[in-house]
Amino acid sequence: MESYNVAIKDAVKTYGDFKAVAGITLDINKGEFFTLLGPSGCGKTTLLRMIAGFNTIDQGTISFGDRVINNVPAHKRGIGMVFQNYAIFPHLSVFNNVAYGLKARKVSADEITKRVEIALEMVQISELAARMPNELSGGQQQRVALARAFVIEPSVLLMDEPLSNLDAKLRVQMRATIKKLQRKLGITTIYVTHDQEEALAISDRIAVMRNGLIMQVGEPTEIYKKPENEFVAGFIGVSNFLDCEIEGKDHENAVLNVSDYRLPGIRLSQPYQGAGKIAVRPEYLTLSKEGIQGKIELSTFLGDFIEYEILLENGQTIQLNEYTKDALTIKPDGMKVKVMMDTDSIIIYNAQGEVLN
Amino acid sequence: MMKLLGFRKPKVDFWFFVKVIVILAMLFFLVYPFSTLITRSFFSKKVDGMTFDNYATFFSKKYYLDALKNTLYITFFSSLTCLLVGAPMAYLMTRYNIFGKKIIYVCIILALMSPPFIGAYSWILLFGRAGFVTKLFASIGIKTPTIYGPGGIILVFTLHLYPYVYLYVSGALSSIDSSLEEAGENLGSSKIRRLFTVTLPVVMPSILAGVVMVFMTSLADFGTPMLLGEGKTRVLPVLVYDAYMSEIGGDANMASTLSVIVVACSLSVLLLQKYYVARKNYAMTSLRPPKVVELRGWKRFLVTLPVAIVAFLGLLPQLTVVISSFIRTDFTGFIGGFTLENYEKILSRLKTNITNTYYFSAVAIVFIVIFGMLISYILVRKRGKVASIMDLLVMFPYVIPGSVLGVCLIVAFNRRPIILTGTAAIMIVSYVVRKLPYTVRSGSAFLYQMDVSVEEASVSLGISPMKTFFKVVARLMLPGILSGAILSWITCINELSSSIMLYSGKTSTISVAIYQEVMRMSDGTAAALASVLTLTTVLSLLIFLRLSKGKVSII
Repeated sequence: MESYNVAIKDAVKTYGDFKAVAGITLDINKGEFFTLLGPSGCGKTTLLRMIAGFNTIDQGTISFGDRVINNVPAHKRGIGMVFQNYAIFPHLSVFNNVAYGLKARKVSADEITKRVEIALEMVQISELAARMPNELSGGQQQRVALARAFVIEPSVLLMDEPLSNLDAKLRVQMRATIKKLQRKLGITTIYVTHDQEEALAISDRIAVMRNGLIMQVGEPTEIYKKPENEFVAGFIGVSNFLDCEIEGKDHENAVLNVSDYRLPGIRLSQPYQGAGKIAVRPEYLTLSKEGIQGKIELSTFLGDFIEYEILLENGQTIQLNEYTKDALTIKPDGMKVKVMMDTDSIIIYNAQGEVLN
Repeated sequence: MMKLLGFRKPKVDFWFFVKVIVILAMLFFLVYPFSTLITRSFFSKKVDGMTFDNYATFFSKKYYLDALKNTLYITFFSSLTCLLVGAPMAYLMTRYNIFGKKIIYVCIILALMSPPFIGAYSWILLFGRAGFVTKLFASIGIKTPTIYGPGGIILVFTLHLYPYVYLYVSGALSSIDSSLEEAGENLGSSKIRRLFTVTLPVVMPSILAGVVMVFMTSLADFGTPMLLGEGKTRVLPVLVYDAYMSEIGGDANMASTLSVIVVACSLSVLLLQKYYVARKNYAMTSLRPPKVVELRGWKRFLVTLPVAIVAFLGLLPQLTVVISSFIRTDFTGFIGGFTLENYEKILSRLKTNITNTYYFSAVAIVFIVIFGMLISYILVRKRGKVASIMDLLVMFPYVIPGSVLGVCLIVAFNRRPIILTGTAAIMIVSYVVRKLPYTVRSGSAFLYQMDVSVEEASVSLGISPMKTFFKVVARLMLPGILSGAILSWITCINELSSSIMLYSGKTSTISVAIYQEVMRMSDGTAAALASVLTLTTVLSLLIFLRLSKGKVSII
């Protein structure tokens, strides 16, 4: 089956008074690996299940290509789905699990054998074809689930937190398998996760969600480097949020006052003066001779870098990472330090949380 | 109108039709008969129109009040004795290395599965007026205590029903986390103190559940008090039977009134228990099941002895009937000597009863399995108003004793336009209605722990929800449902209390025939028939234990 682009327009799902999905519009390109990312309860799984056909669409439309699928029952949508808990049929062998969808499509027996074998090879479990599910590990089961979903050549592949039940090492391994497979097959894929690292690693584009709404859509680097709001900055990676005062009449050459330290030469996109906030990632902060005064509360050696928790004079605590290869010594707790930041890599917000730079 | 009632416009799909069929069947075979019963209970031959006359009669005449007293007396003491036998046995079996634990377990289950009226009958064979033991002791001049009357009935109930308490309590005892008791020990309480302050309160809801099962089953039983009461110790189910069957025409109205009173008794006990459990529910996830104490030598023997004795006594009736079925008889009773003529007699004279029993039960089981699966699916996966109504209706037969269900079906279906009395259909309906709750309960339990995404995976692969139900859900449910169905099969073939109300000449069953043969003192054939039932029960039970591998609950 040919893969489609997916267009979601003003989609709404309500449970009683609660809007699980509160009006979402998204355009997912054909062949794209698209991730819905957000904390639990943000509506990402609800939206995925609306696309799959397991939840009804209360308002708005969802279309595959030109076809609105609102009233198409789940089993006629031509989707492939991978579930969090694998959902392998316990009474069927690995081979028959993968063949299940093909049999429903009245594919000839020879063709089924051929396609199942190819699919199992692609997920590297050819030798397990005759096994029963209870003889498989979690990782192997998820490979079966994956093969079962893409062997039917779905128009859209949906994945609901497929890696969250696996251990950390296996998760990274499977992540790579899924990504390579998706590239090779070119199936439009919608992936749901709450793990921001996983989302960054695997996606072409990410939609960050919160309270049933989209907070930002963009490529992984865009989302990481230019979070459009405080929520995204805080949810993706680690960000320090610092109160600041924005001074100077010329918004192209403003001054930031952070804990009584002045950072000049800041370019803002619009005029603004007064209280604001900056977001800065721990790796863009450095210990230097000049900068914001503070005291090390706790230093933690983590192998490739050292993590410092620093209490600033304005009472705020920040996290600063220093690469072990750049550090001469590990500075002791209680030591007075000065913190400098790379002003090109910070995000400045006004008091309403809108981005100023 | 639909809107007013709060119903959304229903989706017309497979499940819609299933719901319609199930609800209609329930209305027809349960709601309609039971409401007819209630209506009839307010009519009397003496007064025109609706009246409380029958109820007034019940609460004013000694005949009825004595029966009520007897019923409550017998059920109360049976529950008490079952508790005193079942609970300590459960403790010993779960905590000590009893000799032959597995065999003892099978014996306990067998005691529960065998019909109580066969128990009653074999106790008569042993301790009755012409009983083997009675005669033996009489020959050396000792008078044995009588088996007839309340004492005998309580004895039979105890040996038949203590497994309920045993099963509930041993289930609870083996799921107590051992750290809980160890904590009690650390806090310095002695073993006995610990048993009463820690273990007992925790298993209390299970003890109660077991006792309530005993109470309801003994309240509903008809065969035992009929055989051992000898018309002197009357209980309510016997009165229901008498009121309907009595030779002076029979009074269906009074039978209805008595039925309503019996249901009220068992319903109130069940509600009391539910109220108590709702308030005290200790959810327990056992991480470390308690250790089994390894006793040696005479200590181990001493612990095994009482357990083995009870298990043996529970099986004694079965052994008695099987042995006596091979003993020659004449009109005076057993006269000694080995023979097969009892079996020849039943095969020539009572063949219909034997085929009827197996045929009715098999058909009933087919309906029970199919409806059981569909209904439990609706209850778990299609939750809503219709499902909650269904839930209430399907569980209602729990509190309806067999003889009462018999009266219900008779008063509803013995008049135009629908006459079903005397047909095989009405027998099968009564089996299905009574046993369906058990299948639905175990089916729902299975579905609750089955992940819904397995079904969704099938749907996402292009199989419609209806086909998914048959290809995946039903397929996965089947092993559990089938082993549960074997248990229902056992209770169907042994069913007496509704069959005795509903049978006609052509639809009589083995259990009915046993009852009649005992009544006409034809002990040989009765024993042979009882042996046929016992043998089927034992075989079915062994198949059940094999298939279910301990995964399917018996209670």
